[in-house]
Amino acid sequence: MSVGASGQMGPSQSTARSAAEVRLEDLSRHYGSTVALDGLNLTIEPGELVALLGPSGCGKTTALRLVAGLEDADGGRVVIAGRDVTQLPTSRRDTGMVFQAYSLFPHMTARENVAFGLRMRRVAATERRRRAGEMLELVGLDTQADRYAHQLSGGQQQRVALARALAIRPSILLLDEPLSALDARVRSQLRDEIRRVQREVGITTLFVTHDQEEALAIADRVGVMRAGRLEQLGPPTTIYSQPATPFVAEFVGLTNRLAGVVTGGVVDVRGVRLPLIAAAETPDGPAVALVRPEAVSLAAVAPSSNGPLSGTVIAVAFLGAVSRLTVDLGDTTVLVQIPTSEAAAHPGGSRVQVALRQDPVLVTRDQAPARR
Amino acid sequence: MNRRRRRRLAIFSAVVYVVLGLFFLIPIAAMIEFATRGVALGSPRTLSAFTSISADPELVGAIAASLELALIVSVGVLALLLPTMIWARLRLARLVRPLELICLTPLTIPAIVLVVGFAPIYRWLEINFSDSILILSFAYLILVLPYCYRALAAGLATVDIRTLSEAARSLGAGWGTVVYRIIVPNMSSAVFNACLLCVAVVLGEFTIANLLDFENLQVAIATLGTYSAQESIALAVLSLLFVFVFLFALTFLSRFASRRRGAMRG
Repeated sequence: MSVGASGQMGPSQSTARSAAEVRLEDLSRHYGSTVALDGLNLTIEPGELVALLGPSGCGKTTALRLVAGLEDADGGRVVIAGRDVTQLPTSRRDTGMVFQAYSLFPHMTARENVAFGLRMRRVAATERRRRAGEMLELVGLDTQADRYAHQLSGGQQQRVALARALAIRPSILLLDEPLSALDARVRSQLRDEIRRVQREVGITTLFVTHDQEEALAIADRVGVMRAGRLEQLGPPTTIYSQPATPFVAEFVGLTNRLAGVVTGGVVDVRGVRLPLIAAAETPDGPAVALVRPEAVSLAAVAPSSNGPLSGTVIAVAFLGAVSRLTVDLGDTTVLVQIPTSEAAAHPGGSRVQVALRQDPVLVTRDQAPARR
Repeated sequence: MNRRRRRRLAIFSAVVYVVLGLFFLIPIAAMIEFATRGVALGSPRTLSAFTSISADPELVGAIAASLELALIVSVGVLALLLPTMIWARLRLARLVRPLELICLTPLTIPAIVLVVGFAPIYRWLEINFSDSILILSFAYLILVLPYCYRALAAGLATVDIRTLSEAARSLGAGWGTVVYRIIVPNMSSAVFNACLLCVAVVLGEFTIANLLDFENLQVAIATLGTYSAQESIALAVLSLLFVFVFLFALTFLSRFASRRRGAMRG
């Protein structure tokens, strides 16, 4: 959508253009003998925000850099809006990017930074100024337009970087851990701000992060990566409640590893029979059940009570509305997450009875937890 | 820091400035005193040694040649070295060390040894290309490499060139724009310093020009010194003053550029 120089449009209108589909087809990238990306396939629907989540070295940043053209793929294709851009240089890929490190040009004001991409596209000076102003208004920084990077806080700098990336109306917005350099409070605010702006503009977005809370909070779909491959791609709720693999279960959120025995599609954990997520594919035999802390509840019992699910509270962590308790069952410990109001009834040292909710669980044969 | 310690530090700074100032100013004052002496004992001071410089066309030619060489070498070394250093840091990190070694090597080779190497090349150049003194710029480009490399390397170390260049490229900038519109403005002090060092080295160079039989400023001063010591010293004073003025101008420009962009990192 083009905007005339005299057009009186709001930020979302001036930024909007038909959202593009982005496809990563069998993308691979090696660094010497190290495989960074191993045949990654991912389709991002128009206007969708997909977060790539994974531990360091899983290939998520490499994937983003291949889309941006900042690195060359060893194999596969990047298709943006139906156009194969794999061989195009970064400057011609029509992507907007926000970096992890502060990337504002120090010798330019916020307005000049935002207008830079437009200048590269030979947009007239008056139009540049108007659109830069609109973008800064979109991120709530129109009053800071004449400030230099060193006069802005970290959060403000990243908002200007977001405005700068959006000003050129790219086909895809690439966010490379843009919040990781910020403190927790600003990070949370900016996360919501990014989501608001992304929805308002309706731009296809690829967001890379190692912070699961960030990914689950912001994304339409989350792709969990491991060793250059997508382990699972799905809505945040599915990723959390129905992890496809033990790695996903253990990487996203906390899990208890409880020994059990699989028989006939259920796993017996200390006398409690829990349904399995992938019952048909799980053979019978000993296994480790992965149980979320919030699927465990507590009840007070007499100090002398005994049994496989009786234990002693050995630690209580206050997390605000909820508390996380560590219960020693004798041969193992269990994390329990319950409302803080309930946790008050179970101080450290008290005897408790653990109850497992009958949610479907995933089991693994690996005795060691997956590396986070 | 308490007041007493601050005062002691201020006194120490003042003493350092005064001592260094005297160290530089006394010889210059002595040169001026000598260059302005009258012909006979007791005769009044005169500026004739200074005014006669412009009347000597060979001298003026040598000064002009040195200034042209300084300009050519400054532009040439920046055009050659800056993109190479940026490119090496961005795309060929393994070449940064070898590049540094190559650039610093001329420091370790005495000028006389350099001339031995240059001589046959310059003979060929004079026969087949040009016998203008400006061909000295090839030799001077090598001579100033270590100084410029260090100045530019110090500037590049203060800028996150990788992130800035990637940001600029993602916004549609080509490599030329990245270098000259994004990186250079953020290391303008280093560029000015490199320019200053170039000018100082070129204006002060004697050995190579003399042994290759070209007459630049220093050779002219030395030649002049054999028959007119006062004029020779007057010319030396003027060349020193020129470098000082140039230094102040570059410092002013550098500060102006820094003020415009503010501190590099907030």
